[in-house]
Amino acid sequence: MKRSRLQRRIGISGRGLVVALPYLWLLLFFAVPFAIVLKMSFSAVAMAIPPYRPLIVWYAKHALEIKLNLNNYAFLFTDKLYGDAFLNSIKVAFVSTVFCLLIGYPMAYGIARAKAKTRNILLVLVVLPFWTSQLLRVYAWIGLFKANGVINNVLIRLGVIHNPLTMLFTPFAMYVGIVYSYLPYVILPLYANLEKMDWQLIEAAEDLGCRPWAAFCKVTLPLSRNGILAGSMLVFIPAVGEFVIPTLLGGPNSLMIGRILWDEFFANRAWPVASAVAILMLLLLVPLMMWYQSIQARETAGAS
Amino acid sequence: MTTSAGQAAKSTPWNDPNAQAYLQIERVSKSFGDFKAVDDVSLKIYKGEIFCLLGASGCGKTTLLRMLGGFERPSSGRILIDGEDMTEVPPYDRPVNMMFQSYALFPHMNVEQNVAFGLKQDRVPKAEVRERVRAMLELVKLGDFAKRKPSQLSGGQRQRVALARSLVKRPKVLLLDEPLAALDKKLREHTQFELIGLQEQLGVTFLVVTHDQEEAMTLASRIGVMDHGEIVQAGTPSEIYEFPNSKFVADFIGSVNIFEGTLIEDEPEHVRIRSAELGGTIYVSHGISAAPEAVVWAALRPEKILMSIQPPPGADNVARGAVQDIAYLGDLSIYLVKLPTGKVVRVTQPNTSRHGEAIGWDREVYLSWDHSSPVIVTR
Amino acid sequence: MSRRSIFLISCLAFGYAFLYIPILSMVVFSFNASRLVTVWDAAHSPTMKWFYALFHDDEILGAAWISLKVALTNACGSVILGTLAGYALARFPKFKGRFTLSAMTTAPLVMPEVITGLSLLLLFVALEQTIGWPARRGVGTMIISHMTFSMAYVTVVVRSRLATFDMSIEEAAMDLGARPFKVFFLITLPIILPAILAGWLLAFTLSWDDLVTSSFTSGPGSSTLPMVVFSKVRLGVSPEINVLATLTIAAVTLLVVGVSLWVARAERLAKTAA
Repeated sequence: MKRSRLQRRIGISGRGLVVALPYLWLLLFFAVPFAIVLKMSFSAVAMAIPPYRPLIVWYAKHALEIKLNLNNYAFLFTDKLYGDAFLNSIKVAFVSTVFCLLIGYPMAYGIARAKAKTRNILLVLVVLPFWTSQLLRVYAWIGLFKANGVINNVLIRLGVIHNPLTMLFTPFAMYVGIVYSYLPYVILPLYANLEKMDWQLIEAAEDLGCRPWAAFCKVTLPLSRNGILAGSMLVFIPAVGEFVIPTLLGGPNSLMIGRILWDEFFANRAWPVASAVAILMLLLLVPLMMWYQSIQARETAGAS
Repeated sequence: MTTSAGQAAKSTPWNDPNAQAYLQIERVSKSFGDFKAVDDVSLKIYKGEIFCLLGASGCGKTTLLRMLGGFERPSSGRILIDGEDMTEVPPYDRPVNMMFQSYALFPHMNVEQNVAFGLKQDRVPKAEVRERVRAMLELVKLGDFAKRKPSQLSGGQRQRVALARSLVKRPKVLLLDEPLAALDKKLREHTQFELIGLQEQLGVTFLVVTHDQEEAMTLASRIGVMDHGEIVQAGTPSEIYEFPNSKFVADFIGSVNIFEGTLIEDEPEHVRIRSAELGGTIYVSHGISAAPEAVVWAALRPEKILMSIQPPPGADNVARGAVQDIAYLGDLSIYLVKLPTGKVVRVTQPNTSRHGEAIGWDREVYLSWDHSSPVIVTR
Repeated sequence: MSRRSIFLISCLAFGYAFLYIPILSMVVFSFNASRLVTVWDAAHSPTMKWFYALFHDDEILGAAWISLKVALTNACGSVILGTLAGYALARFPKFKGRFTLSAMTTAPLVMPEVITGLSLLLLFVALEQTIGWPARRGVGTMIISHMTFSMAYVTVVVRSRLATFDMSIEEAAMDLGARPFKVFFLITLPIILPAILAGWLLAFTLSWDDLVTSSFTSGPGSSTLPMVVFSKVRLGVSPEINVLATLTIAAVTLLVVGVSLWVARAERLAKTAA
């Protein structure tokens, strides 16, 4: 390959620079920190600033001793609180995902089937909440669920109930909050997938005698599989580690692993324990994230 | 208005052994992994030609074009333009311009800016840019559209902008990728002749890639038929049509009847073939080079066959059959005649009279042809 | 079909009601005179007194200013990094580290923020100990943290825009004599500009609304607006927060509707006169 040397230098360094800048940034500020978290999870808690014992200790100038402290992990596995919180988080994330799909799929379908002009308006109406701060939108539910909140006031005024319902600080409120926050994240990828659907396939199926519901199950649903999976991952993975919603809407019974991590870090100042929690969360979530990436790759490959 | 045939009559540099090739493709191959897209292609293209690479999709013609433009690097071989080795030169340094199938106009620039783009990259002075762009737009009859954006133009107009944009730089060679594919039939015919006129006026060497044989026949001074990455035959349109070198080429251009047979007589000035398909013998008044008793094929064009009710004289080059199907196309009619052997022969006859004895379905007819009409191919 | 339409329309109606009733209730009660927020004080409402209070609340104004600084810087930085990454992933077929870059620009999209926040804080602490920088956590560290996850979003937007981009336009530009660098700035960039602007807006909004990562990586005196809102909201409802919500929703609505109209107008203009 005999390009002119100047050309080759510019060509290679041009491309190299384009890749290098974001790559190095992410390496330093995204990848390396995880290594540090891993290292921290093996450290011992200490009453110091920063609140941990160093991992690598130099002994007598030559020998290197790595005090690998598995106490943190042992602590997490033995204390029932953490196991429960983990399982609860997975349960909550899973149920929320299902509800998001149950509400979001018909909506995405309805938007995809609408006429072009209506479709744009409908999409804008879905995107609007997406751009509004999640914190504020969760806050809105506090106002609705409170003892003297909107829902209770309306129900009492209508005479449906006499005493206010306890809705705030319950698992129910937390579920509503999570489904509410993540609904747009399900609708948008589902819509993107359904929009590309060839509706003539359905018409052909119905023309051949297939009833509408069966046509949906046999044709539409399988073809929208990628959209369903993508949307599910966009809800499930972050929901497992949710912190804001459990804190503001959930009660003391709704122990979520994200909250645990936060409390260990800020309240207990137990950085190594928090790190161990993070590592365990990653062990669960990274395989899911890789699966999500492969779904996305398949989707773009299929589209081209 | 001269046609490509007229231009060919003026000069045939490919027949001159001393002529210097303007664009030389030397044993170029390109593989994508295990797939060989272009297989050892060599071509000499002369200055001022319109050369057409003709082939079905997937035959490698577009890959070859892209290598000439600098968008793909050959796996092996050399490309020389005006004597200089350009094999490794990137597209922005080649004296070659390409007109893309999708036209690839810059949507955010108007017509004038699109056409001026190439000149600006060469740092041509502003006044000269303005003048050359104006002249080129006049030439392609888009002078009034200078300020329009591509989205405001019709398909034919966009094509002319693309043409103007690539020609304004006065390239040594212009590569055209399926230039007429996106146009409707009437516009296509009109544009074909416009292209030829433009080329003659500017004297630029054209290399056109197309799958449309009619387009190739109209535009080209020479055609290169490609199949599976190879050039199967290269020659003038009449050479390709009247003297195909294989069944593939015979069948690819126009319609043809092919009779398989064995050589029974092989003389320098004639051959005789017995064909079971025909149910008779074919006598051809030129020699071929083939082994004795070899299996050969006789290619016979439909318009060269005479159809008659009365039996013609002679024992060779005659067949009898029944009219199976007729397609009336206005200017001519296509007859499908079934022989007793089962073979269906395609015959075209011009409808020279408005009345007269029309030959109808199931009519028994005799087919005959001149002894110079068939072409014998050995593969 | 009609039965299906009725079903779909009712699903859509329920869905949109679910999405908007909380938002509308917040807006309505921002005009409520009562400090209890959700108990309507008919005698004194509607009123603008909480709007007045908000604009004189130094804590909130100060936090908003910090949020603005962080969000603006983040948006500009993320757009640069994200466009580079998006371009590389869309246009360079293979290069060393392609898989890693792709993974690193997809992971932040779904990673729970508590994990990214924690990891970034630990990084800053470790850096402070080894090389002395950053000496203190604050606006700088927050900007770096925000850029790290925002650029992933910009990468996705730019990458998907480039995927639908007709590559022969770039090839044509090269064919006409422009080197790759010039092709990017003269041809590619102007055409994908709407996508880049969308990415900028996305990065800005993500940063402006961010709570968890900011909490981990901020320092004393550099509380962002969401952090202040969160600490207020943990204690219960507050009318000033309702006002904040109303203003935010108004701004977002203007923005989204404005952009949609602009895009529709641009498309209409492109179609006419053809």
